Amino acid sequence: MTYIKPNFRHPNLPVNDLGYRKSDYEGSISTLCAGCGHDSISTAIIDACFESCIEPHRIAKLSGIGCSSKTPTYFLGKSHGFNSVHGRMPSVATGANLANRELTYIGVSGDGDSASIGMGQFVHVVRRNLNMLYIVENNGCYGLTKGQDSATADVGSVSKSGNTNAFEPIDLVSTALQMGATFVGRSFSGDKDQLEPLIKAALAHKGFALIDVISPCVTFNNHEGSTKNYRRTREDVEAMPLDFVPMREEIKATYSEGTTKEVCMHDGSVIHLHKANVDFDVHDRVGALSAIQRCKEQGRILTGLLYMDPDSEDFHVALDTVNKPLSRLSEKELCPGSKVLDSINDGLR
Amino acid sequence: MKPTNISNPEYFHKVVDCQYACPAHTPVPEYIRLIAQQRYSDAYMVNWESNVFPGILGRTCDRPCEPACRRARVEEQPVAICRLKRVAADFKGEVTSRFPKIAPKNGKKIALVGAGPASLTVARDLAPLGYELHIYDDQKKAGGFMLSQIPSFRLPQQVLDEEVGYILDMGVVTHFNQYVESMGSLLQQDYDAIFVGSGAPRGKDLPDLPGRQEGADNIAIGIDWLSSVAFEHIDNIGESVIVLGGGNTAMDCCRTSRRLGGKDVKVIVRSPFADMKASPWEKEDAIHEGIPIIDNHVPLEFVVENGKLVGMRFDKVKAVYDENGKRSLISLGEAPAFYPCDDVLIAIGQENAFPWIENNVGIEFDKWGMPVLDKNTFQSSRANVFFGGDAAFGPENIITAVAHGHQAAISIDLFCKGESVQDRLPPQTNLVSQKMGIHEWSYDSSTTDEDRKIVPLVELTSALQDRKLEVELGFDVATAFEEAERCLNCDVQTVFEEEKCIECDACMDICPTSCITFTANGEETELRERLKVAANNLTQDLYVSDNLPTGKVMVKDEDVCLHCGLCAERCPTAAWDMQKYWYSVTKACSLE
Repeated sequence: MTYIKPNFRHPNLPVNDLGYRKSDYEGSISTLCAGCGHDSISTAIIDACFESCIEPHRIAKLSGIGCSSKTPTYFLGKSHGFNSVHGRMPSVATGANLANRELTYIGVSGDGDSASIGMGQFVHVVRRNLNMLYIVENNGCYGLTKGQDSATADVGSVSKSGNTNAFEPIDLVSTALQMGATFVGRSFSGDKDQLEPLIKAALAHKGFALIDVISPCVTFNNHEGSTKNYRRTREDVEAMPLDFVPMREEIKATYSEGTTKEVCMHDGSVIHLHKANVDFDVHDRVGALSAIQRCKEQGRILTGLLYMDPDSEDFHVALDTVNKPLSRLSEKELCPGSKVLDSINDGLR
Repeated sequence: MKPTNISNPEYFHKVVDCQYACPAHTPVPEYIRLIAQQRYSDAYMVNWESNVFPGILGRTCDRPCEPACRRARVEEQPVAICRLKRVAADFKGEVTSRFPKIAPKNGKKIALVGAGPASLTVARDLAPLGYELHIYDDQKKAGGFMLSQIPSFRLPQQVLDEEVGYILDMGVVTHFNQYVESMGSLLQQDYDAIFVGSGAPRGKDLPDLPGRQEGADNIAIGIDWLSSVAFEHIDNIGESVIVLGGGNTAMDCCRTSRRLGGKDVKVIVRSPFADMKASPWEKEDAIHEGIPIIDNHVPLEFVVENGKLVGMRFDKVKAVYDENGKRSLISLGEAPAFYPCDDVLIAIGQENAFPWIENNVGIEFDKWGMPVLDKNTFQSSRANVFFGGDAAFGPENIITAVAHGHQAAISIDLFCKGESVQDRLPPQTNLVSQKMGIHEWSYDSSTTDEDRKIVPLVELTSALQDRKLEVELGFDVATAFEEAERCLNCDVQTVFEEEKCIECDACMDICPTSCITFTANGEETELRERLKVAANNLTQDLYVSDNLPTGKVMVKDEDVCLHCGLCAERCPTAAWDMQKYWYSVTKACSLE
C-alpha cells in the first residue's frame, strides 16, 4: 500500500528567502486519478508560492465543487482554506478579501464550477477586480460525474461515451477580457515552464488575475476524439513562453536582442516575454481578444500572458475600504458609538 | 546523455547499494523482507548461499553494506543490516535439509591450506560437486582467525562450530594440528589443485623501539596473545594494560584484557581518533567498557626498571593533511608523555607470510612478498595453485575471504574440468513486476520514520567477569520487525518505459524526494545541475530515458530514491513499474 506519502524529503531541498522549504508548501497526497492534469497545477502553485516567498499562513485558498475544487487539499497544507458551495467560490472569496485584504487569495475552480453553475458569480468577480488569483482547471468535461461534456468542451469533441459535442464552448479567457479583467493568462498543465512564471506574475498582480489552465482529464477525456487530451493539447498549443523576475531579485538571465520583451508590473517585478510573442502587446485588450480568436480559427490554442493592466486598482480602492484587516480593528473603531451614528444619520437628512 | 542501458546487469545492481557494497553481493533487501515476514529459515538460506556464515557474520562482519545504505542518505542511520542477519541465524529452524545434495565423488582431489573462511567457502562450493577436499590447519579446529582472533564475547564458540560444522559435514577430510611446512611436498601429492587460504598470520612488531628486548616478558603481539587466550594458554593479564594500535584487533585486545583482570586498560594510538581503522561500533563498545582511547600518541620507548616493564613513553603529535589528503604526524615538541603499565599488547597490523612456499615451485611473488594472482580467477602463476582470503591480497575481513572463496571455487572447478578459468558465467539476474492491484504491491512500499534500533547488551559487570559471555543480546522478534521495516527495498527498481509515457509529470510531481525531472537532454555534468534538486552525489547514477515526444527526456537521480512506488502509482499509463531485481553471483555450486 503506497497511498501514504513518505515523510522523507531530499536532504538538499532548497530553502527560500523566508527560510521555508518547498515541503512547507505541500499538502496531503492527491486522491485524484493518476496522471490528472490538476495535480501538475497543484505542483505549479506550490513551486510558485515557494519561489514567490509568500508565507504559507498568509495565503487563503478557496474553491467550489468538482475535481478541481478538491485540489486545495493537495497543496499549501499550512494555509487557510475554504471549500465552498458549487459555483459560489467568488462570493466567499469576496467576503474573505473584504474582511482581510492582507492575505494572498488563490481561488481554484473548474470548467463546471466556473462556466456552468458559477458563470454568474464568475463574471461578477471579474467585474469587481477582486485582488485574487483565480485558476480554472479546465478539462472540458465533468470528471467527477463520469465525463459528460462541460460548457468549455469544443464543438466536435467526442466524449468518452461517444457523443459528439454540438455546442459552442465558453471561452473563459475572452469572457474575462470582455468583463474588464486586469490580468488574463492561459496555460497548459503539461507546460510547467510557462505555468509557473505565469502563476508567480499573477500572484504579484494587484487585482483580479485569471489563469485558464487546460488540464486533461486522464480518465474521461484523454482518448482520441477528445480535443483536450494530452497529445492533442500539446499539438494545438501556441505557447508564448515567459519568465518572471520578482522585484527583489536581480535580473540575471540575458536574452539576445529582439527575442524578448520586458513588461514591468506595479511592484517593480518584471515579466520577460519570449520569442513567439515579441509582436504581441500584453497591454492591448482588443489585440488580445483578436489574437485569441485568430488562433482559435486556425485550430490553435494561444497560451501565455494574454493581457495585463499594470495600473489596475482593486475592489478595495473602488469601495474606499479601511486599510486594516477587520480583525485588527479595535472595538472602538468597529463600533464607534451612537454619536457617530447620529452624525451619519444627520448627513442623510 | 545516452539512454541508460538497464539490461546491463550492473546498472540495477548498483542501485541496491548494500548488495553492491557487499564483497559477496548478498541480496540484503531480499533477506530483510523475509525477516519481516518471520521467514527466518528462508532469510538464513538467502544469506548462507551468498556469504556461508550468516550467524558468524551477523556478529562480526565489517559491514561495508551499512555505510552504503541509502537510508543513511535520507536520515541519520543506516538499517542495522548486520544485526538483522544475526536475527535470521538466531531464529531459523532446521536448515540442513535445504543444503545441496552431495554428488558422487568425481575423482578429483583438492588440498585447502588453512581452515579459515576462504578455504571453508571453497569447500562449501566444491564438496557438493563430488570433489574430495582435504583441509589443513595447524589449529585443533577449523575456523582460522574466526576461531583464534575473534573473542568469544563477540562470537560464541557454538555459533562458529555450527556453521563451520555444516561445511565439514559435507565430507571434508580434515588434517588439524598439522602445519603445512612445504608447498613442494604438497605439490608432490596427488592433488588436482591446491587452494591457499592461510591468512595473514604475522602480527607486526616494534622490534627497534628501545626497551623492546628488556621488557619482552610483558610485551605481546596482539593476534598471538588473542589466540593464546582463545586456546586457554593465557588466562590473566596485569592490572594496567596498554594496547597499541587503532584497528579492530586492538579493540579485541583491550576488551579481552578487561575480562582477564585488566582494570586500567587503555588504547594508545598514533593517529587521530577519527582516522582509526577500527569500525565505529567497535570503538564504541570499547569505550562503553571503560577503556579510554588516547589518540595522537606515537610510541617512543618501553620503560623498563629493574628488568621489569613499568610503562611507555609517547611523543604527542598532531595530524596534518596535505592537499591530496595525505597525512603526516607532526610532533608537538612537548616533553614525552609517560603512561605506566604492567603489560603492553601490540596490535598495529598484520602481515602476510609464506615461509612454507619454496621459491622453486613456480609460484611467483611480487616485491612485497605477495603472490602474483589474476584478480578475477585467484589463480597463481602456477596453474593448479589458487589463493584467497587474506593470503591473496593482504588483510581484509571475513566477508571478503568468502567472496574470494566463491570465485576461487569456480576457478578450481573449471581448471579440474580442463576448461579455461576465464570462462566464467555472468551473474544470475531477474526483474519481475511487483504490481498486485491498485495501490497494492507485493512488497511493503510505505516508508517508516522509525529510528535505528539499538541492540541490547548484557549487563556490564557480568560481561567483564566472563570472557565467554556474549555481550550483544541480539534483537527480539518485535524489534527485528521494526528494524526490518526500515529497509527501503532498493532492489525493487523503478523501471521506466518511455513509449508508454504521456509526459503528464505526475511522477515528477509526486516523488517525495524530488528524484525525477523531465527536461532537455545534455551532458552529464551540466544535466546533473539542472535537475529539480542538483544531483551532487556523483557515485550515484542518473537513469536517463530516450527522447520523449516533446523532445525532453526523463532523468532520475538514483541517489535518494525511497523506492516507495509513488511514481508508478501515480503513472496513468504504467510507464513506471516497480520491478524486483534479483542479482546473484554465480557460484560453482548453486542451491537450486
